[in-house]
Amino acid sequence: MKATKMSSVLSGPALYKGTKIPSPVPSWLQVDEARREDGNVIQVNFGPNHPSTHGVLRLVVDLDGEEVVGMRAVIGYLHTGFEKSMEQKSWWKAINYPSRIDYLSSFQNEMVFVLAIEKLLGIEVPPKATWVRMALSELNRIHSHLIWLGTMGLELGVQSMYMYCFEQRENVLDLFEMVTGVRVHGRYCQAGGLAEDIPPAFVDEARAYCRNFRKLIGEYERLTWQNKMWQRRTQGIGIVSAEDAIRLGLSGPNLRGSGLNWDIRKREPYLFYDQVDFDVPVYEAGDCDARARVRIDEMRESLRIAEQSLDKIEQLAGEPWIADERKVVLPPREELQTSMESLIHHFKLVSEGYRVPAGEVYVPIEGPRGEEGCYVVSDGGAKPWRVHFRAPSFLAIAAAPTLCQQHLIADLIAISASLDTLMGDSDR
Amino acid sequence: MTGYKQVPGLVEVREVFGETTLVVERERLNEAALYLRDKLGFNYLADIAGADYLGWGGEVAGSWGSDGGRDLNVPYTHGPSLVAEPKPKRFSLSYHLLALRDEPLRLRLQTWLDDGETAASAVEVWPAADWLEREVFDLLGIVFEGHPNLVRILTPDDWEGHPLRKDYPVGGEPVRFSEEA
Repeated sequence: MKATKMSSVLSGPALYKGTKIPSPVPSWLQVDEARREDGNVIQVNFGPNHPSTHGVLRLVVDLDGEEVVGMRAVIGYLHTGFEKSMEQKSWWKAINYPSRIDYLSSFQNEMVFVLAIEKLLGIEVPPKATWVRMALSELNRIHSHLIWLGTMGLELGVQSMYMYCFEQRENVLDLFEMVTGVRVHGRYCQAGGLAEDIPPAFVDEARAYCRNFRKLIGEYERLTWQNKMWQRRTQGIGIVSAEDAIRLGLSGPNLRGSGLNWDIRKREPYLFYDQVDFDVPVYEAGDCDARARVRIDEMRESLRIAEQSLDKIEQLAGEPWIADERKVVLPPREELQTSMESLIHHFKLVSEGYRVPAGEVYVPIEGPRGEEGCYVVSDGGAKPWRVHFRAPSFLAIAAAPTLCQQHLIADLIAISASLDTLMGDSDR
Repeated sequence: MTGYKQVPGLVEVREVFGETTLVVERERLNEAALYLRDKLGFNYLADIAGADYLGWGGEVAGSWGSDGGRDLNVPYTHGPSLVAEPKPKRFSLSYHLLALRDEPLRLRLQTWLDDGETAASAVEVWPAADWLEREVFDLLGIVFEGHPNLVRILTPDDWEGHPLRKDYPVGGEPVRFSEEA
């Protein structure tokens, strides 16, 4: 089942003939007219406040008995206009917003925006900052996957899973709290590096966490792969072929669950992902089970990357963690007492902010939910002209009607859980 | 870069910040999309981003430049150019494409349109465009001709205006029951 070596990207098996994508509206499974005339089809509102929708997602489902014969998703309940708000803020204040968009991968969302600013500025980030970003990215991925696994377990009747996962999730958040001072919305990335140096105790604490957590992944696997209930509710459910997954814009683990060996960290390396040793788990079944296995395997790989990054951070102790670029980066605190120039720089940066050269960039990274992209337009001013986030959940929800065909209402829960969508991410 | 010469309706190819942007005529957007998908292998539509350039290059967000030469009293005139280049029309539509294969390639397909002009829908080319186009329509008011279900997606169905337009005020949304207070 599992593709071991680095296979060709488009080696996904043909899981079914042709395409399952509904027509003419790809995100709307419409009821067959003849079937509706039978009078057996009833329309049910699933959500927007249903607990298994992970936020406020409304699915309008047409049911014939228990079978799903029609479906469309209604979103937007969490739309808060982040993109508009970010246009009103100076660049460095706007960094606060992305972590609130996808609040489970808060660090990576914040980082992708900062990477886009850095690309426009052409600023070089010191290696230590990049290694810290990598370590935190992978811890963030583990955090996000733990929430996904816990809630998916909850929905599939493996309720103890929820407790085990949330306990471990707290431990990851403790690490984040140690580094940033808060649990979730850290705002630790800064154009040019990090907001402050990593605390000295972090490396040991994080290593202890990785050691301990690696053992627990085996436990999760026993709770899932050896659990008849989990197996029956995920295997052969919600199959999507590699070809359809590409056409629908699915990304990340959802693509890898359909047999596509596509990982931005490997294929278009950013940060120092080309310098670490890790594998890309790929499963070929294309069902809920395959997508779940990809994520659980991925936690192991994340641990490997995190541990390699921690070694590098340790070697680079005492090295700079932010670029020495006074027009963008705040001057060191202690200089403010003695240097007039630093004080002026500090004042200008805090009151007006830095200016970013005019241009447009799109930066994609591999987030826990797939391709997290950030499109930024600058007019050369102190505020972004336009910021747009490519939300992986947005496209995954749009793809749900393709996956739900000929399934029962109970499978709908497993399918929406296996796509790992987050409403904050999709609604922005 | 030479490979893009044959793209229907090509206006210009730009290579900035290591990213390739292909500007095409609005009327031939769909032809260009089909060509890129079928002939050049851009099988994956990652994102559609629209942007409103109303007021661009003015005093809105500050745009001192290096046109007048180096002046130490004006910050940043000795650094990279901060002059915002004039834009051909009010709105831009950027399709972020990806050739998902062993040697991946990314491309930005861009087209420009004025208020009231429409763009052809790409749903037939990439089904992923369905919701992405609805989002652009909802937030910027750009109509996609031939879209099978072009309704609002992020804002409520009865929302007035398109929030990401530059002339849409911040904090200007009507508050319920405000006139009854």
